[in-house]
Amino acid sequence: MPVAKFEQLISTAVPLPIENVDTDQIIPARFLKATTREGFGDNLFRDWRYDKNDQPIADFILNNPIYSGEILVGGKNFGCGSSREHAAWAVGGAGFKVVVSSFFADIFKGNALNNGILPITVSDEFLATIFSEIEGNPKAEFKVDLKNQTFTIVSSGENTSFEINGYKKECMLNGYDDIDYLLNIKDKIQAFEAAM
Amino acid sequence: MAGKTLFDKIWDSHVVQEIPDGPSVLYIDRHLIHEVTSPQAFNGLGRRGLSVMRPNQTVATPDHNVPTINQDKPIEDKLSKFQVDTLTENCEKYGIDLYGLNTEYQGVVHVMGPQLGVTQPGMTIVCGDSHTSTHGAFGCIAFGIGTSEVEMVLATQCIMQPKPKKMRINVNGQLKPNVSPKDVILYIIAKMTAAGGTGYFVEYSGNVFREMSMQGRMTVCNMSIEMGARGGLISPDLKTFEFVEGKKYSPKGADYDKALEKWATLYTDEDAVFDREESFDAGDIEPMITFGTNPGMGVKITGKIPELSSIAGSEQPSFQKSMNYMGFQAGDTMIGKKVDYVFIGSCTNGRIEDLRVVADYVKGKQKAENVTAWIVPGSKEVERQAIAEGIVEVLEAAGFKMRQPGCSACLAMNDDKIPAGKYAVSTSNRNFEGRQGPGSRTMLASPLTAAAVAVAGKVVDPRGILETA
Ligand code: SF4
Repeated sequence: MPVAKFEQLISTAVPLPIENVDTDQIIPARFLKATTREGFGDNLFRDWRYDKNDQPIADFILNNPIYSGEILVGGKNFGCGSSREHAAWAVGGAGFKVVVSSFFADIFKGNALNNGILPITVSDEFLATIFSEIEGNPKAEFKVDLKNQTFTIVSSGENTSFEINGYKKECMLNGYDDIDYLLNIKDKIQAFEAAM
Repeated sequence: MAGKTLFDKIWDSHVVQEIPDGPSVLYIDRHLIHEVTSPQAFNGLGRRGLSVMRPNQTVATPDHNVPTINQDKPIEDKLSKFQVDTLTENCEKYGIDLYGLNTEYQGVVHVMGPQLGVTQPGMTIVCGDSHTSTHGAFGCIAFGIGTSEVEMVLATQCIMQPKPKKMRINVNGQLKPNVSPKDVILYIIAKMTAAGGTGYFVEYSGNVFREMSMQGRMTVCNMSIEMGARGGLISPDLKTFEFVEGKKYSPKGADYDKALEKWATLYTDEDAVFDREESFDAGDIEPMITFGTNPGMGVKITGKIPELSSIAGSEQPSFQKSMNYMGFQAGDTMIGKKVDYVFIGSCTNGRIEDLRVVADYVKGKQKAENVTAWIVPGSKEVERQAIAEGIVEVLEAAGFKMRQPGCSACLAMNDDKIPAGKYAVSTSNRNFEGRQGPGSRTMLASPLTAAAVAVAGKVVDPRGILETA
């Protein structure tokens, strides 16, 4: 799917200081029955957000109006488990453009990038700093600069750089996706097949 | 020049192009699809006006969402029916082989693929499902992909992947009696943790894997993803070739001989170097069970849940959250824990050897009254074998309920759900919160342990050493 271009973002953030958040939590399997990519945001973290009578659970972070923004900050090993891309659609569908953690599961990371959501890996220490910044001020702002590969806590100016491979960076900056790339080298793929 | 690992040999021979400072373009030999992660990919294809580049390299079956009773009747759940129908339509439209409900080979995609000979040594295999790693048992690079990637494979037979690092996990020595492949992999994951293999592709090596049956090897490779690894593989040998020979999609005659020549080169060179090596002693492995909400939270069945003080400070809140969810206390003994459901099935342990183990154990016994026991065969072929061997009869006489093939309570997308708050001992691969139904509490174990638990009505050591609560 063609993705939106991404260069810079300044936003408040939603903290989710839980480790090993798996994709069954991000989007439970019973919500995977759709045949389109839309509408998954409503069920993001469904079973943490709503009780069994579908009433919002007040102390869950996404139900707390104090927290908002386009950045989701998760604990270590975010997105482990199933390969369901629905997890990335749910995160994106709920309005997040960036997910920050100190460690991402491989498949989630790939799925996020393929949907124009930027996964940013920071050190455990920096992650702790981000969480305490939000704890101190839920309206704290963060700046993501993809071109320079930096993540900055706006109030203090404290920042860190993050890794992204050059190819994916170009894709995100320009809104290209992998299929465009592959379609462009189709002759090469066919030549490869012929030589097999 | 140093030798190559098996992984390198397969990977390097499938790279169509390297992108500087980016991923490799990797050619895909076989693509498996199912009803849940493919519809959006076909939609995308349609939107771009593309066709399927190599329909004969893709094979489809519905499994995640299908009911496991009354499969001959129309699916009642409207959304499930729509997904299954959509898969059928897409396969017809693009000329993809489909093994639909009520046909000879339908089943969980990772059970039916090998049974059909779709899976062959040295191949690259992908599927929109993380347990695609199962096929690594045949000496394949097999891994799960997202739906955007499913679309890429349909359109171009390639995906773009950064090359993972390589890890070898060696298990040598003599396994104790009644320690199964499931125990071996649960043990490895408990040692490695749920994220310990992230970024790596694993090769399992050592006499323990050599001596395992192909079905056992599939159980092991299946759960590679549960330590975060992209996949796991085992170099093929005579057992592998025998398994593959004569299957529907396997090469025949002169083609088979030619394939065999190539398969014989699929091993890690002696002087090859891995980015990481881990070694475990087979004699240290015992029947395992999980106590928490990720597959890395496992202990020997006679063991105890770790004390909170033994958990690193930063991980204590997550650990405590997990204990609260399970209704367990740090330091608890696992033996004697209450169980309400036993689920035997899934692409991890829903094969005929698994069902045989269960039938052998429960023959002449009765399941406990407080336990509901479901057996869900991994595929139609497993179901046929189980009937022919009298296994179904034995299990039903013992009070187990035999269902029809599908993913079932492994992910609880259909009606097979463990109710909120209830405890299940399950032969599947994930014990995440709500994985087997909202509020369900899962303990993962081997088919033998699950059988013993079903009979005892609580967690027991299948070796019968410690039956006291
Ligand atoms: S049985 Fe479970 S793990 Fe296997 S493919 Fe189905 S849902 Fe996935």
